[in-house]
Amino acid sequence: MIKLEESRTHIISALVLHKPGVLQRVSGLFTRRGFNIETITVGTSENKNLARMTIISKGDEKVLEQITKQLNKLIDVIKVRDLDPDITVKRELCLIKVHTATEKARAEVIQYTNIFRGRVIDVNPETLTVEITGDPEKIEAMIDLVSNFGIKEIARTGPTAITRGNKTI
Amino acid sequence: MKGGEAIIKSLRDQGVEIVFGYPGGVLLPLYDAIYDSDLKHILVRHEQCAAHAADGFARASGKVGVCIGTSGPGATNLITGIATAYMDSSPIVAIAGQVASHLIGNDAFQEVDTIGITMPITKHNYQAMKANEIPGMIKSAFYIAGTGRPGPVVLDLPKDVQEEELEYELAKAIELPGYKPTKKGHPLQLKKAAELILNSEKPVILAGGGVILSEASEELLSFANRVEAPVTTSLMGKGSFPEDNSLSLGMLGMHGRKVSNLIVDECDCLIAIGCRFSDRTTGLISDFAKNAKIIHIDIDPAEIGKNVDVDVPIVGDAKTVLNDLIRIIDMKKHSSNENKWLEHVTTFKNSCIPRLSFNEIPLKPQQVIKELSEAITDDTIVTTDVGQNQMWMAHYFASRNPRKFISSGGLGTMGFGFPAAMGAKIAMPNNDVIAVCGDGGFLMVCQDLATIKEYDIPVVICVLDNRHLGMVAQWQKLFYNERMSHTHLGQSPDFVKLAESFGVKAERIEKPGEMKEAVQRAIRSGEPYLLDVIIDPDEILPMVPPGCALTEIVGEYKVEREFPDEIIYKATSKEEGD
Repeated sequence: MIKLEESRTHIISALVLHKPGVLQRVSGLFTRRGFNIETITVGTSENKNLARMTIISKGDEKVLEQITKQLNKLIDVIKVRDLDPDITVKRELCLIKVHTATEKARAEVIQYTNIFRGRVIDVNPETLTVEITGDPEKIEAMIDLVSNFGIKEIARTGPTAITRGNKTI
Repeated sequence: MKGGEAIIKSLRDQGVEIVFGYPGGVLLPLYDAIYDSDLKHILVRHEQCAAHAADGFARASGKVGVCIGTSGPGATNLITGIATAYMDSSPIVAIAGQVASHLIGNDAFQEVDTIGITMPITKHNYQAMKANEIPGMIKSAFYIAGTGRPGPVVLDLPKDVQEEELEYELAKAIELPGYKPTKKGHPLQLKKAAELILNSEKPVILAGGGVILSEASEELLSFANRVEAPVTTSLMGKGSFPEDNSLSLGMLGMHGRKVSNLIVDECDCLIAIGCRFSDRTTGLISDFAKNAKIIHIDIDPAEIGKNVDVDVPIVGDAKTVLNDLIRIIDMKKHSSNENKWLEHVTTFKNSCIPRLSFNEIPLKPQQVIKELSEAITDDTIVTTDVGQNQMWMAHYFASRNPRKFISSGGLGTMGFGFPAAMGAKIAMPNNDVIAVCGDGGFLMVCQDLATIKEYDIPVVICVLDNRHLGMVAQWQKLFYNERMSHTHLGQSPDFVKLAESFGVKAERIEKPGEMKEAVQRAIRSGEPYLLDVIIDPDEILPMVPPGCALTEIVGEYKVEREFPDEIIYKATSKEEGD
């Protein structure tokens, strides 16, 4: 059973009108009410008039209830759902530029990338840039592995998410 | 038709007859259209007063109030009024001019990001980028402002959009897929609530501003009679229940009546209707109604469980829900002849009725309010400012009807009372309107004496004049070792001369017995009128210190009669405890 006071990470999926200013309304709401945002991703949805926002936020059940209720109050927000982590697939895209000045380093990084089902997307004498997708834990693991070579730059999208099965939000 | 004319036509289509505004550079096209139109326009002397007047108009009439300000400083001057309306769920539409669309983002002259600034203080806001968007936007704005939990909506209208030609079409049905307020309570929750109420022995009703917004006062009265529960109100709920009714306890909270604070502490079932459990109403939240199961009825689901944990939540419109509850309770109720709880409440209430008569100079505010009450009728609309004047009125003035007591609750905006009275008088020309202000708050908006003079808006302004920022001074006296930092206002101005310089009649009241006649004289005059009432600067209202439970009242609570011995409940005053 979930304890009410227990703070955990929540995945909030929201369908919002696809128009300017909506992201500001949502992020402003989080700031103003003192809710935390770990990551937020926005993109188009199955409906061309609607965008889907995936927000990762930490808080207890009470805070989560307020977040979803306050989001629902925004006129431009159509639907909000706190996704059940047990049946939710989370994916994130991460680009890592690794220092690989030696042949050996390059070979090793390429090998790790293959193991993680990533792709090398750019290479030059000094660096190698790889692309990894997966859940955030997998990406953390990859970053950990290559950090010894020297990471020059990381760009992460933050996770987006969808529930398994035929249900939609 | 041009955009500017479309704004007016759209407003007229929404039934708007009068607006409060102040022109400016980017509003020239709109004001040029107003010149030929049948839309009445009140030129205020500061945009903040336009917003407060629209708010007062809305609160007095239940209709949506409209205010207009130009871009940049015009819009920022509206902000305080918009935020005031937002905190108290008052339906206003604020129209702000904006620089021409090709200049937006260039830091143009008098440009400000009105949409960005007003996002957190509006229910919604719109920026029109084409003139043909105007009719639909205005229709939506009125719909959003006036339905569900009401609130302000801002329209940001660039100058070129006001000049652009359009084919005016009556706005079609509004499509707002993300906005569907719930009106009807969930049947299961209603049943649970009814059972809880019928099984309780000590029920209390807490009525908030939502009862007034939903026009549910009659239902509240019949509900309270059915369940035989005493009724307390929040500040915003004042007027929702007749305060001369034997079931009425008066206002609850930090500056609430002793009987309300202690009875809520004692009750076993609190039925909260259309209120949001503000910190000023609940005191220390962990101690609030600690013996009670709480039923919370509100149209805004986000208010439920926000501040107080609730046993039975009901999302819905107060009027609809109360009607449903009455129906369920009528089917189940077994009438009983004796009601020990009500007897107890009544005895206690009678033991701590605040004392109003003081034959003293300088005048005590209680005496002033007593005489004011005697001078007016049930139809008189009273507005207050913010601070001691407001809390004295809330505490000592018995309000009997909804929409007749108008005050800035949530935001606590000094300077609200006078312009709100102006708006209320415009909305309800047949009702007498009295603004009770402090000298500090009134001075913030006194320039609008020109407006009431020019348009001959006969409001009576009572300045409770103690030459102090009384509420802050009270806190300094009680909690900051009497270090009176910047709360004394000095002897300037002479309020009588100030009013007279605007051509507004004025008199000074200094002795007991003068107030009643002066108020009647002012009302009879049918003209704008100011009464400068000199009151005792040392008078303070007993209060619950911040962070304390509602039972911990500080300060001497002067009552009409002494406590009889059988009353067990005594406020645990800080002074006694030391």
